[in-house]
Amino acid sequence: MSEWWTYTLSDFLLFSPRTYYRLFELYNAAIWPAQVAAVGLGLAIPALLSRAAAVRGRLIAAILAACWLWVAIAFHANRYATINWAAVYFAWGFGFEAALLIWTGIVRGGFVFERPIDRTSRAGLWIFLFALALAPFVGPLLGRGWRQVEIFSVAPDPTAVATLGILLLARGRGRWALFVVPAVWCAISGATLLAMKAPDAWIPPVAAALVVSLAVRQTLARQRIEKRV
Amino acid sequence: MSQPPTLSRRALLASVAAAGAASILRPLTQGTRPGPIITRPIPSTGEKLPLVGLGSWITFNVGDDAVARDSCAEVMRAFFHDGGRLIDSSPMYGSSQEVIGYGLRKLGYPPQLFSADKVWIPAGARGPEQVEESRRRWGIPRFDLLQVHNLLSWEEHLPKLFAMKAAGRVRSVGITTSEGRRHAEIERIMRSQPLDFVQVSYNLLDREVEDRILPLARERAIGVIVNRPFRRGELIRRVEQSALPAWAGEIDCANWAQVLLKFIVSHPAVTCAIPATSRVEHVRENLGASYGRLPDEAMRRRIVAHVEKL
Repeated sequence: MSEWWTYTLSDFLLFSPRTYYRLFELYNAAIWPAQVAAVGLGLAIPALLSRAAAVRGRLIAAILAACWLWVAIAFHANRYATINWAAVYFAWGFGFEAALLIWTGIVRGGFVFERPIDRTSRAGLWIFLFALALAPFVGPLLGRGWRQVEIFSVAPDPTAVATLGILLLARGRGRWALFVVPAVWCAISGATLLAMKAPDAWIPPVAAALVVSLAVRQTLARQRIEKRV
Repeated sequence: MSQPPTLSRRALLASVAAAGAASILRPLTQGTRPGPIITRPIPSTGEKLPLVGLGSWITFNVGDDAVARDSCAEVMRAFFHDGGRLIDSSPMYGSSQEVIGYGLRKLGYPPQLFSADKVWIPAGARGPEQVEESRRRWGIPRFDLLQVHNLLSWEEHLPKLFAMKAAGRVRSVGITTSEGRRHAEIERIMRSQPLDFVQVSYNLLDREVEDRILPLARERAIGVIVNRPFRRGELIRRVEQSALPAWAGEIDCANWAQVLLKFIVSHPAVTCAIPATSRVEHVRENLGASYGRLPDEAMRRRIVAHVEKL
């Protein structure tokens, strides 16, 4: 792309805000009552955290993988791609994250949730709960209709933010690879919303930046402790 | 049984007064047009096009939304009804091509359509395949105009488009840019290639093309299609903060959109401007700029001076 410095975010915006939010409205109507199952899956994650360590990592990874795969196919490939040709690539990205969750969390059993949880992990839990329980209210509070609501495991933004929260809670091999797709998605989504002048554009990128910086701090702190031991 | 309508003296006087006012204001109101639609010939063929066409960037990219698709079809209906001809799209514009195809099917493929689309793919070898896919989406036998979108791989696409033109598979060929990008390259291509059209951004605040591109287009007999006439809506939002000046009536403009468009299409090198909209009332307003008196050079300067102060 020549003269790249002359391009602005709005040069890459292919649709109007009205069309974008109508997409969620039509999507929600088409998949109803899948949203009920989605909320159920979301609530299952904190419930699983209190269960036996042997199974919870695999089960949580399986739930998250299912959510990412659903969003990849039902939202990106089937819906978003009708107004954004780049959504095909987003679908592959979400599918890749699902595969990575299956490989890391289920096949290799590398998704470990230890107790008691430290302060940073507790922040991860709060971020997850925000994405699950509070994020759906943001749109309606900003004047968008309830039918356009974005729900964890159905819509990409709350799914990505919630996953980042869970990753902050987790330990184990391969955790860092799982951060990449959700963090990149949060940046893309934030840029899209910013181009549409949406007042909540800051939420996904700020959540991602917060989680990644907390994860870095957490890892450094754990390394310091291990060295002392 | 219903009573026949009666007309009181007061009502009669009010009607006469309203009719008088309507005749005075006729050039300025929507729905009535001062004279026939103004057209300008395509320099290379002489075929006449109305001064205002219809763009589809963002506005027609509504996906599978049936309500929005019908709304776009109504915009197209109003566009053709008021004398419009040229509709422009691109494979880059999401579902816009399919939505145009939907509208054309619904309207029974109006014969006055002048179909303008683009090729937008890095690999030149895949250009013809993309053009065929675009044609299928529009549901038409061939395009009237195919343009290389934003000069992407133009060295590979242009020879193929000229070959298609020679074979009668497209009627005219052009190149596009927007937001003032790559003008030097546009100039070089205009000088070296037998183009029918060039598409550039031009509006009251972005007038760089007046210096070289527009004079060159006249010199080389290349038609000019103007995109971003309202600077993506920013310009119209800016001017609509203030009242329409009284002099707008001197060029038969009933609203700011028509002033902005008439400034563009009154440039003698411009063939047509292609504002995009998803609203019927706006397409009617826009097409109003294809009717009535156009600003002369003095009025063009006056419009610029006025808008630059806003």
